[in-house]
Amino acid sequence: MCLAIPAKVISVEGASALVTIEDIEYKASLLLLDDVHPGDFIMLHAGFAIEKVDPEEAAETLRLLNEIADNSPQPI
Amino acid sequence: MKYIDEYRKKGLILAVAEELKNISKKEITLMEVCGGHTMAIHRFGLHALLPANIRLLSGPGCPVCVSSQHFLDTAIAYSRIPGAIITTYGDLIRVPGSVTSLEKEKANGSDIRIIYSVLEALEIAKNNPGRAVFFLGIGFETTSPATAAAIVQAKNEHIANFFVLSAHKVMPPVMQALVAEGVRIDGFIAPGHVSAITGTAIYNDLVATYRLGVVIAGFEPVDLMQSILMLVRQFESGSPKVEIQYQRVVQSDGNKIAQNLLARVFELKDDRWRGLGIISKSGLSIREEFSAFDAEINYPITVPVPPDPKGCICGSILRGLKTPNDCKLFANTCTPTDPVGACMVSGEGTCATYYKYRS
Ligand code: SF4
Repeated sequence: MCLAIPAKVISVEGASALVTIEDIEYKASLLLLDDVHPGDFIMLHAGFAIEKVDPEEAAETLRLLNEIADNSPQPI
Repeated sequence: MKYIDEYRKKGLILAVAEELKNISKKEITLMEVCGGHTMAIHRFGLHALLPANIRLLSGPGCPVCVSSQHFLDTAIAYSRIPGAIITTYGDLIRVPGSVTSLEKEKANGSDIRIIYSVLEALEIAKNNPGRAVFFLGIGFETTSPATAAAIVQAKNEHIANFFVLSAHKVMPPVMQALVAEGVRIDGFIAPGHVSAITGTAIYNDLVATYRLGVVIAGFEPVDLMQSILMLVRQFESGSPKVEIQYQRVVQSDGNKIAQNLLARVFELKDDRWRGLGIISKSGLSIREEFSAFDAEINYPITVPVPPDPKGCICGSILRGLKTPNDCKLFANTCTPTDPVGACMVSGEGTCATYYKYRS
C-alpha cells in the first residue's frame, strides 16, 4: 500500500498535474509537492505526488552498481 | 519503464549477489519492514541469491495487515449508520472483522465505496451534502499526508459532511518495539516511501540506542540487493548508521510540505496493532482544531475489543518470529479468497506473498 510509481509530468495546472505511466494518463495532486514542471518524474502514491525523482541521483546509483559489476571476478 | 527497468537488470542483481558472497562473513539477520519490500523480494526470488549466513525477516509494514480487528469492527459499525457512505482504499474491504467484513456489509446494502485517492472522498461528500461521508484513514507516513491535505481542504472549502476515522500509524515506534521486545535483528531495510516523507532523522534512535544499521531502500530488486550489501558492509565493519540507498527519491530531510501538514492536522496517540497490541505513541489522531472532521468526535461509537482470530499467528509473523509455513491454517483454511487473518488479505501481506510465490 505504500507503493509509489514513477510517473512523467505532462502538464501542471494549479495544484494538480497530468502525469503518464506507460502512456496511460493520471491526475496527480500537487498538494504535497511544489516546484513541479513538465518533464519531471514524480512518485505517484494514492493520487498524490509525494516526491520528485532526481535524475542525477538515479544515474549515480547505477554508476555505483556498474562499478561493482565491473569489478566482479566472474564475468556475467 | 523509466526508473524501473534499469533497476531490474539481471547482471546487476547477480553482481551484487557475488559481492555479498565475497564480503559477508558473519551471521546476520535483516528485517525488511515494508510489505512492498517483502513482495519484491519474493517476486524476484532474492532469497535464493543470498549467501546462507544472511537471513531476511518480514516485518510489520503492511498497513492493512496491522489494522486491528477492532478498527474493522468500528468501521463496520460506521457503515451501519443510516445514510452513511464509507470510502476506503480497496484492500481493506476484504479484511475480516470479528463477525463480518466491509465487503459482506456492502453486499448486504451498505454504501461502501472503494476510492483510489482521498480527494475522491471529498468529491463524494460535496456531491452528497445530506449524507455523512466517512473515510477510513489507514497507512503509514506515505499515506497520512494525503489524508491531512484532504482535511485541510475540507476545512478551507467548508465541507461539513466529511469525516475521517483515523487509524494512521507511524513507523518508528513499532520498529523500536520489536527490538526492545528482543526480536533478533541486526539491521533494518527501511521503507523507502515512508522515508521520502519523514527523512532519515526518525531512525537515529535505532542507531544510537540499539546500534542497528538502517538502510532506506527502493523497491526494485537491484535496490534491495544494494541495500542488503550496504547493511552487510556496515555490519562487517561494526559501524551501524542510517544510509540512503534510494537516493533518487529520498532526501535526508524528507518532504517538508508533507511533514508540516502532518504536524498541523495530527497528533500522536497510543494505538492498537493487529497481533502486536497497543504501542505507545504509534498512531495518529486528529487535532482539536480539525475535530469537525473527526469521525470519532462527531459520531462516537464504541465497539468491544475482539480476541484475535483463533489459530492465526499473524502477530508472530509481523514480529518476524514465525513464517506463514508455521501456521496450521496457511493455505488450507486460510487463503487469499477466504482469509482468516489480515496478513492473508493485502497483496503485500506476508501470508499472501508466501501463498502467491509458494512452490
Ligand atoms: S496464514 Fe492466515 S491464519 Fe495463518 S497467520 Fe497468516 S493470516 Fe493468520
